[in-house]
Amino acid sequence: MIEYQNIFNQVQVQGPAELGITNGKGIEKERGGTPFFSKIMGWIGNAQIGPIHLGFFGLISVITGTLAFNIIGLNMLAQVGWSFPEFLRQGFWLALEPPGPEWGLRMPPLDQGGWYIICSFFLLISVLSWWVRSYVRASELKMGKHVAWAFAAAIWLFLVLGLFRPVLMGSWSEAVPYGIFPHLDWTTAFSIRYGNLYYNPFHALSIVFLYGSVLLFAMHGATILAVSRLGGDRELEQIFDRGTASERAALFWRWTMGFNATMEGIHRWAWWFAVLTPITGGIGILITGTLVDNWYLWAIEHSFAPAYEGGYGYEAYTP
Amino acid sequence: MFDLDWFPKWNRENPKDVFGPAIIIGAVGGAVLVAALIITWGNPAETSTMQTGPRGSGMGVVELVANREAVDPTVEAYTSDAPYAPEEGDALAKDVYKNVQVLGDVTEDNFDRMMASITAWVSPDEGCAYCHGDDETYAKDDLYTKVVARRMIQMTQLINEEYEGHVAPAGVNCYTCHRGEAIPSDIWFKRSPVLQNVSGWSANQNFATLQSSSTSLPTDALEQYLLGDETISVHDLEPRASNEGTAAIQNAERTYSLMNYYANSLGVNCTFCHNTRAFYDGEQVTPQWAVANEARAMVQDINNDYLVPLKDAYPANRLGPRHSDAPKAACKTCHKGVYKPLGGMDMISDWPELATTETPVYE
Repeated sequence: MIEYQNIFNQVQVQGPAELGITNGKGIEKERGGTPFFSKIMGWIGNAQIGPIHLGFFGLISVITGTLAFNIIGLNMLAQVGWSFPEFLRQGFWLALEPPGPEWGLRMPPLDQGGWYIICSFFLLISVLSWWVRSYVRASELKMGKHVAWAFAAAIWLFLVLGLFRPVLMGSWSEAVPYGIFPHLDWTTAFSIRYGNLYYNPFHALSIVFLYGSVLLFAMHGATILAVSRLGGDRELEQIFDRGTASERAALFWRWTMGFNATMEGIHRWAWWFAVLTPITGGIGILITGTLVDNWYLWAIEHSFAPAYEGGYGYEAYTP
Repeated sequence: MFDLDWFPKWNRENPKDVFGPAIIIGAVGGAVLVAALIITWGNPAETSTMQTGPRGSGMGVVELVANREAVDPTVEAYTSDAPYAPEEGDALAKDVYKNVQVLGDVTEDNFDRMMASITAWVSPDEGCAYCHGDDETYAKDDLYTKVVARRMIQMTQLINEEYEGHVAPAGVNCYTCHRGEAIPSDIWFKRSPVLQNVSGWSANQNFATLQSSSTSLPTDALEQYLLGDETISVHDLEPRASNEGTAAIQNAERTYSLMNYYANSLGVNCTFCHNTRAFYDGEQVTPQWAVANEARAMVQDINNDYLVPLKDAYPANRLGPRHSDAPKAACKTCHKGVYKPLGGMDMISDWPELATTETPVYE
């Protein structure tokens, strides 16, 4: 049974390509691309690549997304005087920066953040179109809309950062720059500027759900892999017809910690933890600067952080 | 003649899995070897922590032991001479030499001693000629180096006199910055805008430079805070939002850039001066915070009153590559990566002439 203790898929199915369902009204015509098989992709997922459904919203999303991506890239290239070596060397440092605070919510000149506004507009259309697409695809397949709503939770955080909060603050300069290191610098500066974001209770909640998601993911993945030799990886069948794999997995956790999720319940746990991470995080960002300006002082005020009376006695440690 | 077939044959008849045991033995043996090397030879990345606050407050500066114990060759190379106690009737420099605009009231012996040491500290290879050329009277001002050196003597006197809170008890002399080089290391020039085809906040950041400590933070921090007088603090001390006149994220990033420069120049981290849970809180900072704050005023003075006005004295090749500005000083020009320059060595006891802008006091 050693083949189940491997980090890559051990079973690959390759045969005539699966072309997907039809509804008798020709929806299969909307799918493009000739399917092919990739052994390498089979190690981590389904070996069959394609066909793909592009559709109206997919097309809009890809076009506007490509525009946004290229606006960012060409701006970065322009910033280093159209020098490719310099672009590669400074790639992680470069960014398309939002307008400066002096512009408020007005449209600045292109070289002072105007491109940022244009790029953000295209990115917004791209992301929203992709959301519509994830909703409509699920609808067409008569699925629940869980993926679309989970994606909407992430879009909520994205909109808070780039649209809702800047509008409430009255300045586009509050938005996040599009760049690798610059967006990380923004994060640190944001925390420092508003008196240490760790004292923001919604930030704390978001961390709980983020780390909780990681833990749940590891527990669930490990549990399923551990019983896959008993058919545990056939999760759907196990939900309706609980077999020995489900029984053992359930026993393992019940005997370990007194409680166990079910084949259905574990996925609800995972979905809610994942979805609540950006929802709580977005609330935390939205009220920072708009309601609360200094989280440390806020936390002192609410006895959430201890206030030390009488000083720390740092003098005793002067080097 | 020789039957060499026995070896493959024996292998065929006696199949053995050699790779499994070999990998295990190799891995375990390698781990034992590495552990033995670290135990016997020492950990090359061993760190030690200098505590800067009471236990449990997370206040400490982590240093690599190898860095801390490294000997700075410029400390070894430092030379100094004890002063001659002036006596009644000693000739004064202003009477012996012509055109002595500073140090004129110093005795000839002490003046010569000072000149010899300046040569050793600043231009050991070029010698007296670096400032005096072939002028045997030593009186001419036709070399820019001499004009600059005179101003730097005045600057050193000011630092020791006015900014005792920052430099005492070690004090500073020429060597604190120069370290045997005519042009001190870690001077700086205006660098922004760093990016082309953009302007405003977009142009002064997102490019790795020495002044941004290789981060993508704004590069104009030294220019704004140590030449100009831009506000460093970015916090609102009212927990509820008012947002009247408070700093933007961009200002916070520029402050962060300056703090990175401070930390790298001194070889310390944030907790040398701040309790990081509330950076701004004056009641939670360490005594070093006040020392650093005085340094800011000092560097602003040095730059604005001494270094920048020398611009016209310099030849073009000594000016900044981008804005043709005069070379300027900041933390690293003296500190060179350690929080006590030259290990806190006494630089001033031997040099009462440099300790005051007034008549030196010999004890």
